[in-house]
Amino acid sequence: MTVSVQREDFDIAAEIARLTAADADIGAVVSFTGLVRQMTADGPITAMELEHYPGMTERALEEIAAEAEARWPLQGVRVIHRYGPLKPGERIVLVLTASRHRQAAFEAAEFLMDYLKTRAPFWKKEDHAGNARWVDAGDADDSAVARWKR
Amino acid sequence: MQVLYFAWLRERVGAASEEIDPGDAATARDLVERLVARDPRYAAAFADMAAVRVAVDQEMCDLDTPIAGAREIAFFPPVTGG
Repeated sequence: MTVSVQREDFDIAAEIARLTAADADIGAVVSFTGLVRQMTADGPITAMELEHYPGMTERALEEIAAEAEARWPLQGVRVIHRYGPLKPGERIVLVLTASRHRQAAFEAAEFLMDYLKTRAPFWKKEDHAGNARWVDAGDADDSAVARWKR
Repeated sequence: MQVLYFAWLRERVGAASEEIDPGDAATARDLVERLVARDPRYAAAFADMAAVRVAVDQEMCDLDTPIAGAREIAFFPPVTGG
């Protein structure tokens, strides 16, 4: 299975082992992990809540993964995104890409994250010691995804 | 059709979802106009349409996409996952 949307934490080493066991031709594995930050411009984060659109989240991530596999020669892709209540320092998202040589794995991982940041229906709410606010989407993500347009 | 709301849109509307008869609303934007005219909660939620994104039958699209035949429409702020 390529995509998982879940509450539970994930084990990066176990996921890499599973991905590489599936294909003998893998020479490169690239891994990205997104974490809940501990500090922002508004002060320390005490908690985070990740809301999502059940049904559409899985579908959007599967479409993004399929697009990556269509654009690059990949031996495997794995995306895990959590939702629900998370604490500072906890893992939110994992992107793994595997290929024969490193260029495809590196580029596909960046592509997956840039698309995920602009298309996957999740919304973060940060709590700063009882003061909760919804995170605003940044312009940086829109600029990042634009470079992948064909 | 089922209309879903997420994040601060959901908080302002006061509901995560509701069954709505779209009437003759041809696009998502038309549907919003009808809702806004109906109740001040919607006016507050949709005050800044530049901050509103829409998915029809779980596919991201834009406010001017035709909605005829859709089973589900979702309104939400720009996504912030990852």
